Amino acid sequence: MTTDDPRTTDGPGTTDGTDSPAGTIADAESSGGHEAQPSDRPVTVFLVDDHALFRAGAKAELQSISDEIRIVGEAGSVGEAVAGITRMRPQVVLLDVHMPDGGGAEVLRRLRGELPDVVFLALSVSDAAEDVIAVIRAGARGYVTKTISSTELVQAIVRVADGDAVFSPRLAGFVLDAFAERPGAEPISDPELDQLTPRERDVLRLLARGYAYKEIASELFISVKTVETHVSSVLRKTQLSNRYELSRWATDRRLV
Amino acid sequence: MDDVQEQGAEGRSADTRPRDGVAAPDAGIRAPADGTQAHGGLPAAPVTTGAGRFGDGEPGDGQPAPPKMYRRRGGRALAGVACGLADHLGVKVLWVRAAFAVLAGLGGLGVLAYGLLWAFVPQEQRDTSRAELSGRQRQQAYGLIALGVGLTVIGGVLSGVLTGWAGLPVAVVLVGVAVVWREADETQRRRWRKGAKSGVAGVVFGGGGVSATIRVLAGVAGVVTGIGLIVLRGSGLAQLQFAVVAVLATLIGVALLTVPFWLRLVRDLGDERRARIRTEERAEIAAHLHDSVLQTLALIQKRSDHPREVTRLARGQERQLRAWLYGPNGYGTPNRDASAPGSDGPGEAESAPATLAQAVAEACGQVEDTFAISVQQVVVGDVELDDGLVALVQAAREAIVNAAKHAGVDEVSVYAEVEPTAVTAFVRDRGAGFDPDGVPEDRHGLSDSIRGRMERGGGSCRVRTAPGEGTEIQLEMPRSDSTGNKDSGAKDSGGRDTGGKDTGGKGDDGESDSASGRATHDRAAQGAAS
Repeated sequence: MTTDDPRTTDGPGTTDGTDSPAGTIADAESSGGHEAQPSDRPVTVFLVDDHALFRAGAKAELQSISDEIRIVGEAGSVGEAVAGITRMRPQVVLLDVHMPDGGGAEVLRRLRGELPDVVFLALSVSDAAEDVIAVIRAGARGYVTKTISSTELVQAIVRVADGDAVFSPRLAGFVLDAFAERPGAEPISDPELDQLTPRERDVLRLLARGYAYKEIASELFISVKTVETHVSSVLRKTQLSNRYELSRWATDRRLV
Repeated sequence: MDDVQEQGAEGRSADTRPRDGVAAPDAGIRAPADGTQAHGGLPAAPVTTGAGRFGDGEPGDGQPAPPKMYRRRGGRALAGVACGLADHLGVKVLWVRAAFAVLAGLGGLGVLAYGLLWAFVPQEQRDTSRAELSGRQRQQAYGLIALGVGLTVIGGVLSGVLTGWAGLPVAVVLVGVAVVWREADETQRRRWRKGAKSGVAGVVFGGGGVSATIRVLAGVAGVVTGIGLIVLRGSGLAQLQFAVVAVLATLIGVALLTVPFWLRLVRDLGDERRARIRTEERAEIAAHLHDSVLQTLALIQKRSDHPREVTRLARGQERQLRAWLYGPNGYGTPNRDASAPGSDGPGEAESAPATLAQAVAEACGQVEDTFAISVQQVVVGDVELDDGLVALVQAAREAIVNAAKHAGVDEVSVYAEVEPTAVTAFVRDRGAGFDPDGVPEDRHGLSDSIRGRMERGGGSCRVRTAPGEGTEIQLEMPRSDSTGNKDSGAKDSGGRDTGGKDTGGKGDDGESDSASGRATHDRAAQGAAS
């Protein structure tokens, strides 16, 4: 993994920098693991939000709080965002979910194929399931609400820049709900994508209970890296599964 | 006009007409115009017949082939057909009108052609600006219209196509229908400008006031008169049968001619209904925001020197607004206690405590309001409340209150999950924590309010905490509607649970079922995933 691990700015809700390469193989259930890309520091960030006031506030706060990230641009509309992101090629895009002309999902739709290296972190005041699920399925690697503290936001940005997923407790709850086994539900068509492993469920439950990755790791006797692997795997399933609940939430927002 | 050349369909775009110095537009009218041509085997009818099939490069239209012909919206005398055709062909309007008038004399062909074009050629975009008709043009146009109608009648009478007795009534019928139809067109325009009125009458009269009313009535009167004349004339016994046929034909004709009108009517009604719904929604949103958000903002300004109070107000308002926006009844229903159906997602479950999710949300909201902290709640699954679950929610509420009072943090996490056999809830903070063994005997909050409640309902409670490590209260209540046995899984998957930090709570000595919560938890997950 990265030598200069970014997760050293520790605080509630973050992992620490103790994960070692050995950690990735510590857990037998670890599957579908990913390699975090060594990232350049500072992480370049592009802000997309139709509220200029929020952009200004977030920009000032993010830059004052940490030198790990650098704001390289901002946009207030879908069109501006597409143009700006294409030009600036940031590592991470902080994407507002609700905007005129289609919102964050539209930006994702237009840019995902074109710029596969750009990572999108959705940021919203909404906690509605269809918003959260829809933007995740459109390709965002994480979802945080705007009430998140700046420190946590920085950590979330750094984490998605490294290829990990960021699940707020609320998102974890939605995903658990979407993958729940309900009596009378239609049969599973793709067991690999339509079901969570027991261990993934455990991780999600703890996330929903407000545990940080580090706390989950010690709770389940696995490494932080393995926790991240599980979360990324859940993210992948959330994005690709055709389970009715997930499709429904996405369809409600006229995605997919 | 005679140089308008008929060409085969192949010659469309290549076909040019060196006329008037205008950049050679060639007709290429759409299919309906072909109908015109089918009737127009007359050499004296160059424009209309010629309009049959041509390629077209209508200049300035900006559309590549096949360019369309449009009826003019502004600067027209009747329906904009002649103007549109003139634009299309690049000739003067006067000539086109004259041609129509002349054609009208030839068995009513001009009228037929005009009618067909009117019916099938679309009107141009409504924002296209046109100069209005000048007085002289208008005189000419109306003169030619009158001439055309006159020629139609005379020609019909002379040629015997319309026998003398039927000619006049039929002409009157036609004029009446034309007036009604034109009114529909005008009504439409007016509605675009002014927005909707309600009802069928609104569509017909379109807010056009007295003149529109008069025109519609005149049209109707024309039709009725025509029919009446036919009937009166046909009162002779021998002619009665013919008269009936004539009347039926008239009626069918009118119905056919007014088809576009009825289509418009239906569409307008739909538009209008949508517009009304939008307006009502807007008003409702405005009223709601005024009653809630604006009032809260005013309060916040007043209390701006009390940070805690401001936080409390803001959280309360946020929660209320969320419930309104995303609650089971959506933002359209301010009545939060309406018969909320069992919602199937945590995002939709923020009001009316009929289900677990709603009850949890309400409890969290109350504590937030009281203690000015933020309670982050996540509920997975949902179920109707019963006595046991009410106890669970009350216990959870007590646990949140404890955290708010003693933990010294401003955020508490609450997680509840409906599992096949039981409902579990976790209340967690990252605050001070405490030493469970060091709790004075006289403190009853945990033992009575939480553990006691749970046990009376058949559930269980665990506490894990240590000084400086935060606190987590874990509650579990078996579901009354489930036949499952929550204890059966305690052994086989107990190893998953990290018992390390588990300690008994206040006044609790080695709660025996301390692992069963998580054990059941894991079992359920395994069962579900296998």
